[in-house]
Amino acid sequence: MSARDEVLRRVRSALGDERKPPPPVPRGYARRSAEPRADVVALFTERVAEGGAAVRHVGADELATAVAAALWGREVKRIAVPADVPYGWLAELDGVRALADSPPLDAAALAAVDGVVTGCAAAIAPTGTVVLDGGRAQGRRALVLAAARHLCVVHADQITATVPEAVARLDPVRPLTWITGPRGARGLEVLVVED
Amino acid sequence: MTGAPAPKFAAAARVALADTRARRELRAAAAVFGRRRAAVPEPPDWEALRAAGHAIRDAALLGLDAHLERLERAVTQAGGTVHWAADAAQARRVVTALSRAAGADRVVLDDSLPVRELALDAALSRAGITTAGPPARGADPGGEAEDGGGAARVAVAGVDFMVAETGTLVFVEAGDEPRASGGEAETLVAVAGIETVVPEWRDMEVLLQLLPRSLTGERMTALVTCLTGVVPGDGPREVHLVLVDNGRTRVLEDEIGRDALRCIRCRACHHVCPVYERTGGAPYGPVHTGPIGAILTPQLRGVESAAAASLPYASTLCGACADVCPVRIDIPEVLVHLRGEVVESRRARPVPPPELVLMRGLAWTMGEPRRYEAALRRGTRWARLAARGGRIRRLPGLLGAWTDARDLPAPPAEPFRAWWARRRR
Ligand code: SF4
Repeated sequence: MSARDEVLRRVRSALGDERKPPPPVPRGYARRSAEPRADVVALFTERVAEGGAAVRHVGADELATAVAAALWGREVKRIAVPADVPYGWLAELDGVRALADSPPLDAAALAAVDGVVTGCAAAIAPTGTVVLDGGRAQGRRALVLAAARHLCVVHADQITATVPEAVARLDPVRPLTWITGPRGARGLEVLVVED
Repeated sequence: MTGAPAPKFAAAARVALADTRARRELRAAAAVFGRRRAAVPEPPDWEALRAAGHAIRDAALLGLDAHLERLERAVTQAGGTVHWAADAAQARRVVTALSRAAGADRVVLDDSLPVRELALDAALSRAGITTAGPPARGADPGGEAEDGGGAARVAVAGVDFMVAETGTLVFVEAGDEPRASGGEAETLVAVAGIETVVPEWRDMEVLLQLLPRSLTGERMTALVTCLTGVVPGDGPREVHLVLVDNGRTRVLEDEIGRDALRCIRCRACHHVCPVYERTGGAPYGPVHTGPIGAILTPQLRGVESAAAASLPYASTLCGACADVCPVRIDIPEVLVHLRGEVVESRRARPVPPPELVLMRGLAWTMGEPRRYEAALRRGTRWARLAARGGRIRRLPGLLGAWTDARDLPAPPAEPFRAWWARRRR
């Protein structure tokens, strides 16, 4: 008998013939929130800051300046960016070299950059978390986790009020990276764009 | 994994108790956890989340065969490969063979529970493969390049949850324990106990709230990775999932004992346990420690060995573990149940053990109120004779073994029932 059949046989024999169906899962916990958007965004900012990461609010038209200022502030000289990062984000970079991850940067090239700039797929207010799914402006996992500093651009409408809202919004078939606080990505910094 | 029999809990605990520095460190660790947890107020829906977590884990176990088959289909469809292992030796063979097939002479191995349970480190070393821990995240920038941790071809990582519906593997990293699940290796070998499956993706909305708070006292762990099969251009080109039984189906057989398999390995029960706080993990044996270890290890290994049989007694039944457990495992209830099993397994022996004599006697005495009251009065007199300075340190005769690891308060001169009866008169 194959190991597979043996394990499944053991499971079936352990559970027996007269199985009770499991009781339904009581989902009485907070799933959606009716809080005003402004409060949700404010909570996200508060929680990111509490976690020890720098966080700033910017208008869409100030984003390029804010990205450049954040990198200068940390003396970041070489960054890697996903190939499809919006050009406008990097328009004001002066004295910072940006390497697009296309073709994919090798390990040596990644080790030589001191920062990455990405977007995200969702953010979670009560936990101060950003979630990346490899989609637009987010890059592959190795790119995100390799660099010493991670500047993450979050659009206000990506911020969810609860963990269940984020789980519902995310596609589990994509590779998901949930980053909370500076211990997840080294030196996380967040820019919240109010559109 | 040596051939010598493991010491009984009480014997190993006495050694651990003599180590005052280790005890100070354990107390400090429990205090850090308590402070962190206190700094983050309990969410208003915490009890509702626990109830949901309890039900999700029960649903996973009661339909385990169907969930595993569904998981296998989903992982395969997403480009991953599923392997099965009935015991630790099979699992070791699978992981070693996969590492060899990938042409790796160096494997990155994380410090997760399944990796330790299966002693994969030793198995790979025996096969001539060098092992290294994953690179620490949050270390000084630049440190990683020198230790070269990212360069291995194969990464072996313990899985925290797997989602049957989607085939998603979930890795939860507290900041100080990096997992090997990052995108660096070409081949990922994910190792999972079969019980870590959950039915649906949305179940993660509950478990990703329960686990972080219980694990580190924080709202969310530093890093969570969800990986479904092979993603072109991102991370490993080969994803292998090794599903390990290794005694778990034996635990599943017992309708009360199987509650232990709901465990999501958060260690919250360790931090609140007065026994663990003093003894640390070593006396429980090499893998599962603390209150959950005391109910899981004897079931995984069987209660025939003296070491495993002593574990259900490694508790004061204070109940702190059940109060804190995010999936509401009633550890004291399972402990008492297992003590019964230990006693049963010895019933067949020619000389009945003292617990059994005592239990049988108790059953007879407590079966009838008059007999019980008479026994109380008699017992009180005897017990007060045995006490020194208000504590009973050693019971006479066969009962002496019970007091090896326990002191008892001497009973009051007048038992409660007698006092109550006198008051009512
Ligand atoms: S038994 Fe202990 S380790 Fe397991 S989930 Fe409950 S509290 Fe956490």
